[in-house]
Amino acid sequence: MAKLHVSTTINGEPMEFLCEPGDTMLDALRGPLGLTGSKEGCASGDCGACSITLDDRLVCSCLMLAVEAEGHELQTIEGMAHGERLHPLQQKFLEMAALQCGICTSGMLVASDALLRKNPKPSEEEVRFWLAGNLCRCTGYDKIVRAVLETASEMREAAQ
Amino acid sequence: MTDIRYLAPNTLDEAINAFASAGSAARILAGGTDLLVQMRSGAVKPGLIVDIKKIAEMTAIEETADGGFRIGAAVPGAVLAEHPRFGKIWPGVLEAINLIGSTQVQGRASAGGNLCNGSPAGDSVPALVAAGAIVTLQGPNGRREMPVEKFPAGPGRTNLLPGEILVSFTLPPRPKNSSDAYLRMIPRTEMDIAVVGVGVSLTMKDGVCTAARVGLGAVAPTVLLVEAAAKALIGSKLDDAALNAAAAACSAACRPIDDKRGTIVYRTKVAGVLLKRTVAIAAKRAKEN
Repeated sequence: MAKLHVSTTINGEPMEFLCEPGDTMLDALRGPLGLTGSKEGCASGDCGACSITLDDRLVCSCLMLAVEAEGHELQTIEGMAHGERLHPLQQKFLEMAALQCGICTSGMLVASDALLRKNPKPSEEEVRFWLAGNLCRCTGYDKIVRAVLETASEMREAAQ
Repeated sequence: MTDIRYLAPNTLDEAINAFASAGSAARILAGGTDLLVQMRSGAVKPGLIVDIKKIAEMTAIEETADGGFRIGAAVPGAVLAEHPRFGKIWPGVLEAINLIGSTQVQGRASAGGNLCNGSPAGDSVPALVAAGAIVTLQGPNGRREMPVEKFPAGPGRTNLLPGEILVSFTLPPRPKNSSDAYLRMIPRTEMDIAVVGVGVSLTMKDGVCTAARVGLGAVAPTVLLVEAAAKALIGSKLDDAALNAAAAACSAACRPIDDKRGTIVYRTKVAGVLLKRTVAIAAKRAKEN
């Protein structure tokens, strides 16, 4: 069967790609689109390593068909930094060593960014609940949560 | 997976035509949080996927003329949570739907999908049963409605006819001093499958319970409407005698399985305990309404 043609917007850029009807968005990102920042951990929606936003809503790209991207706007980890300038969350993750092996990191960053856009002043409990679908196999959760809280605090100060 | 066809029609009629003519190999795609996992594991090999999210009615949240709500079957949990009024009027239904999965899953997963998946442990179902939700179905022979508790047929099975699609849930208008609640028991603290789930909806007047419905999940082949428990609550001041009778009715309704999450004895006991706790939350909310 012929492949399907999909026109979408990824990180603000119009993009087109071809996919099989059963391909997931994660397959398309890591395959034809060459955006390998989103990781495949479990491929069943449990680990959050493939987190992206679809029309500003956080989703697992492994639980979305690639063809569903048609006409929608996606954000991936590749759109987070502005050129050489890291997003404050990325910078803080580095400074506070909020990553070990790194496999969960892009998903953690995309999910944390989605949280801070919705709630610029989350409590620790709110951060932990929001990130409950992002698993860190190194179990480095405390540093991640602290880095998100610290970034939120600094971003609020900067906004004043 | 190369022989799958994908359709995303704009109208329900188109969706039903395609879905009905493709037969048993067709699957409906709403949030996909069950379907894509089933496809990945090889449990389901659909010949046709019908994505219903471009059909306006499937993703709409409407307040009906009489003060009730109509929720499209494909409305994601996160979208429902952002509705300005729904969670105030139906906090129990909302908390049940929002318990399903992670933030990422909430961005896609719908109450319609939860119901169609047919799990006896689906979290949204006991709360919708307690709420008295009516489901609207549409198929090749037209539309029909049924109470949500009549929809499941057994583990993984529903009473949808061939070619029929779940379109929406309709929740009734709420009298003053009414509210609802949902509690579940899980071995972990979050993101697990219910061992027992209890939904309670009630109306209070001058300290007396004037209306009640109880939905009980994960303790039988389908989610149950426990009329005997509601009967024990109605007319009472929710005193210990009434709560004990309602709890006993819930335990008596249980026909659970033994598995790694909970034994038959445990599930049966917890059903009664959770009933009391859920009633307390719903009653407190009802008084504040």
